[in-house]
Amino acid sequence: MSQGLTLFEKVWRRHVVREETADTPAILYIDLQLLHEVTSPQAFDELQRRGLKVRRPDRCLATIDHSTPTTPPDADGTRHYATAQAKAQVDLLHVNCAAHGIRLHGWDSPNRGIVHVMGPEMGATQPGMTIVCGDSHTATHGAFGALAFGIGTTEVGHVLATQCLLQSKPRTLGIRIEGELAAGVTAKDVILHVIGAIGVDGGTGSVIEYFGSTVRAMDMESRMTMCNMSIECGARAGMVAPDQVTFDFLAGRPLAPAGAAWERAVADWRALASDPDARYDRLVEIDATRIRPSVTWGTNPGMVIAIDGLIPDRADAAARDALEYMQLRGGARLAGEPVNVVFIGSCTNSRLGDLRAAAALLQGRRVAAGTRVLVVPGSEATRQAAEAEGLDRIFRDAGAEWREPGCSMCLGMNGDTAQPGDLVVSTSNRNFKGRQGRGVRTVLASPLTAAASAITGRVTDPREFLGKKA
Amino acid sequence: MSSRQQEQSVIESRTFNLPVDNIDTDQIIPAQFLTTTERHGLGQYCFHSWRFHGDGSEKTSNPLRRHDPATQQVLVAGSNFGCGSSREHAPWALLDFGFRAVISSRFADIFRSNALKNGLLPVTVDEAVADFLLDHPDRAVRIDIARHTLAIEGYGEFEFPLDSFSAYCLTRGIDQLDFILQHEDEIASYEGTDAPRS
Repeated sequence: MSQGLTLFEKVWRRHVVREETADTPAILYIDLQLLHEVTSPQAFDELQRRGLKVRRPDRCLATIDHSTPTTPPDADGTRHYATAQAKAQVDLLHVNCAAHGIRLHGWDSPNRGIVHVMGPEMGATQPGMTIVCGDSHTATHGAFGALAFGIGTTEVGHVLATQCLLQSKPRTLGIRIEGELAAGVTAKDVILHVIGAIGVDGGTGSVIEYFGSTVRAMDMESRMTMCNMSIECGARAGMVAPDQVTFDFLAGRPLAPAGAAWERAVADWRALASDPDARYDRLVEIDATRIRPSVTWGTNPGMVIAIDGLIPDRADAAARDALEYMQLRGGARLAGEPVNVVFIGSCTNSRLGDLRAAAALLQGRRVAAGTRVLVVPGSEATRQAAEAEGLDRIFRDAGAEWREPGCSMCLGMNGDTAQPGDLVVSTSNRNFKGRQGRGVRTVLASPLTAAASAITGRVTDPREFLGKKA
Repeated sequence: MSSRQQEQSVIESRTFNLPVDNIDTDQIIPAQFLTTTERHGLGQYCFHSWRFHGDGSEKTSNPLRRHDPATQQVLVAGSNFGCGSSREHAPWALLDFGFRAVISSRFADIFRSNALKNGLLPVTVDEAVADFLLDHPDRAVRIDIARHTLAIEGYGEFEFPLDSFSAYCLTRGIDQLDFILQHEDEIASYEGTDAPRS
């Protein structure tokens, strides 16, 4: 009897146009390409140079998110870009999409947002699909049981021209997470813990499938947060098998199937889950009951501790270099460090549930004097929903800035950066040197930890606020 | 892209070392320089914050200060080179800075893929070999792409993994997009019969 298949293998097999040979990689069909302004211009150039058309504009979905300002426009509609070149890049995406008949959600769209927030919100992201984007956090969409991964600009061009990619079959890494999460512990803490456990290159060459009781109990936003950071341990993609939680999220979304097509789709999606006898090339077991709110202390996302733990006292060059940059000491606590800026946003943690969690802590409280707090919703739809329930008011009343949707301070390429030496508690995904501005020190954390730190002005364990009224 | 890619089968050069693990693509080229719509001329931004202060003056600690582009076209770096963002600007910047190959004990997947598509050769070696090179800067090396070998002066010759398709494309300047386009009939047939719902 043949071996059962994993979720990844099932999705892979459905999309092979031409099998891998000894001399050539497989040709894999791509159901959906997401596009944004930063990694697409040179790909469109290449098409033009070769006289090629976009093969399936109907399988492309574009937005503007990275270079865009998050400050509101002037009364006359003028947007304040960081540089003229940033505006030119956004304008060029409009030109390219218009020329090729691609749907672009620009400033006037009620759906515009961070590409990995917008796709799921619109129902464009569906189980069993192959999805690519010139962005390494494309793994986010794997939360729906899609095979979704980041590609370079040359490959963006390949997909535009052929709707296909050359791919060698990756290995599989199963991550089984079992047990109930403690109060104050979120999906962000789980994924930081996982990256800390397997290391920043622990998933290289692999596609991860997250499963187990902890994953089943997570809502879609939490699953997205977890899959989003798969790249931070080097994995090409992260996936979760679709289930009723997935279907309930997608039902009724604008681009999701409807009517009889919906019933057929759900029946098909149910069959995607890994077979009971499926094997992974490698399996890692995580006890979720032991996970505490987690934060990074160094300069890559694998340098993780529990917030009530001590910074490791390591003598290796990487740790010494990271501690010097972070102006921290091994053996000391990170909790209690003064915080200059709190950033709540990014494709990791800018969805409605993230904003609700942060707002719940900030309601009736004030941001600490001297601490700047930026709250940046992931999309226009998220912003509308948050404002409809008054979250913007809670943030503003607490003394935080409520911004327009975009990638913002996650990578700071739109000018939303902190000052040299600032310590930023950030709900984003990367704490690389200089990522949020030259000399800026980033501590990755959950929205709860970020909100708690905003209130005290110090890196703070959110469990200190649990069950306490303001 | 390979119209711009020079055919090459052998790289003879001295090495230049950056003995740091987990060099991410934000270090290779910071996000502030990604608003470009070109792929050329990015060498000036390569490792920018390692080389320059915020005011544009050169750092005395600039680890690339002694890099000689005329003789050192092979970069040797610590493990997990190119992790993080998928920006193809990273290999574009390294190539424009003067590197033609990078040697490391491990490359991040997307960087490796991006590098190969632009004629920047990622050479994966055992940790012992990487350690030797990191301990012996400015070493003469000879990389034979067709044979997948790296010869290190006074140390030995080693094979490195390179899929035959990439080697074929690199040495003959064959383009991967052309290869996919040759199979257009199969793509059309897939779209006609097997295409999942959209």
